[in-house]
Amino acid sequence: MAELKVSKVKRGTVIDHIRAGMAPAVLRILGIDRGFSDVVVVAMNVKSSQLGSKDIVKVENQILDEETLKKISIIAPQATINIVKEFEIVEKRGVSLPKELRGILKCPNRNCITNAAEKVESFFVCKQENPIEFRCHYCEELVEAERAELIL
Amino acid sequence: MTDQHWKNRDVISIHDFSREDIETVLHEAAGIVPNPDLLRGRVMASLFFEPSTRTQLSFASACERLVGQVIGFSSGEVSSKAKGETLADTIRMVEGYSDVIVVRHPLEGSARLAADTADIPVINAGDGANQHPTQTLLDLFTMEKFSGKIDGLSVGMVGDLRYGRTVHSLATALTRFKRIKLRLISPPTLRMPPSVLRELEGKIEYAEQEELDLTGLDVVYVTRIQKERFPDIEEYEKVKGTYVINAEVAQQLSPTAIILHPLPRVDEIHPEVDALPQAKYFEQAKAGIPVRMALLKLLLLGEDR
Ligand SMILES: [Zn+2]
Repeated sequence: MAELKVSKVKRGTVIDHIRAGMAPAVLRILGIDRGFSDVVVVAMNVKSSQLGSKDIVKVENQILDEETLKKISIIAPQATINIVKEFEIVEKRGVSLPKELRGILKCPNRNCITNAAEKVESFFVCKQENPIEFRCHYCEELVEAERAELIL
Repeated sequence: MTDQHWKNRDVISIHDFSREDIETVLHEAAGIVPNPDLLRGRVMASLFFEPSTRTQLSFASACERLVGQVIGFSSGEVSSKAKGETLADTIRMVEGYSDVIVVRHPLEGSARLAADTADIPVINAGDGANQHPTQTLLDLFTMEKFSGKIDGLSVGMVGDLRYGRTVHSLATALTRFKRIKLRLISPPTLRMPPSVLRELEGKIEYAEQEELDLTGLDVVYVTRIQKERFPDIEEYEKVKGTYVINAEVAQQLSPTAIILHPLPRVDEIHPEVDALPQAKYFEQAKAGIPVRMALLKLLLLGEDR
């Protein structure tokens, strides 16, 4: 297979080492859909020595805030975030899995108080890391990160 | 230190209970006697957003035996809910009228929300399909009382292990003890959920089976199989008949074994079993009183008093 060429980003963020298949979820977290005007480059199922295969998302002009990084860490815990300026990586960092998530995951239990008229902010606590699993602070339902529905 | 640990504590989920915590409650419950001075002047608010006469009466009786006062409501009389008041607001209001809140609510997580909202202790009397910790504590109390110990017991759970909240919590609680053997007896469609089984992993030796074989068990915990769980009525009738404890089935048990059931039962334990020495389910229901008395005492006064 020919080496994959993905155009370089001048200024923005490159999210690398996303587990293969999770790029669309990352796009959703970033709020990238039809109304989005900056350049976005998505590569999926790229060969990776670390992960076997991986996805990459490059977004021009975007610098990600802490909340967004938290959300990415849930679905792509191995992701690395590269900040690019003038085609050069000026900062490289990993994401770290938060111990607690407030207002980020939607509880899959429909009978949970957080899904009632009560307007209680969802609150999950990390229960286990491999695979990543969170427990609803309220109804105690266990949620696998990969299947989690994010509140966006 | 222990005093601080109990005073003002909430009782929401068996997940919050260590072995030492469970032992403290069982120990208090074993020694507690009606006392006209213990909770004099204290008020327990009993908020039942869904009816459960049995649990409500048990809490009220426990409180009154320690001469505390009971205020509250049971669904049907509820006005705040009809007016659209949130649970959190109801709790904030009731907190001003009472020293401890007992809450039962149809939504899972409601009791935790109540506890997070109130500064005074909150006891979960059942939050939907999630937790009912005082039931688990009284189950353990009954086991210890009649089996003499909990460590090393062979426990059989029979019936609906999938939807039955009592068996999930009891299984979790048993992981706090040593050398427990668990036999999970249910139809294939009503097996213990994987999330509960994973909690047992490495802590309890368990086996799942369909056959109603009770030989060698110290404790048989029977649950009701509900018709609503089956799409097919014929399948239900077949399964229901398979998991009935009658006098003949009970012959598999040793004389010192005990049969428990969270009650109310329907057909899963035949009335002819009631007269057998192993039948302890009515004793189990009675155990709700000392266990709830012990909890009220611990939460309001602390451990050393
Ligand atoms: Zn929940």
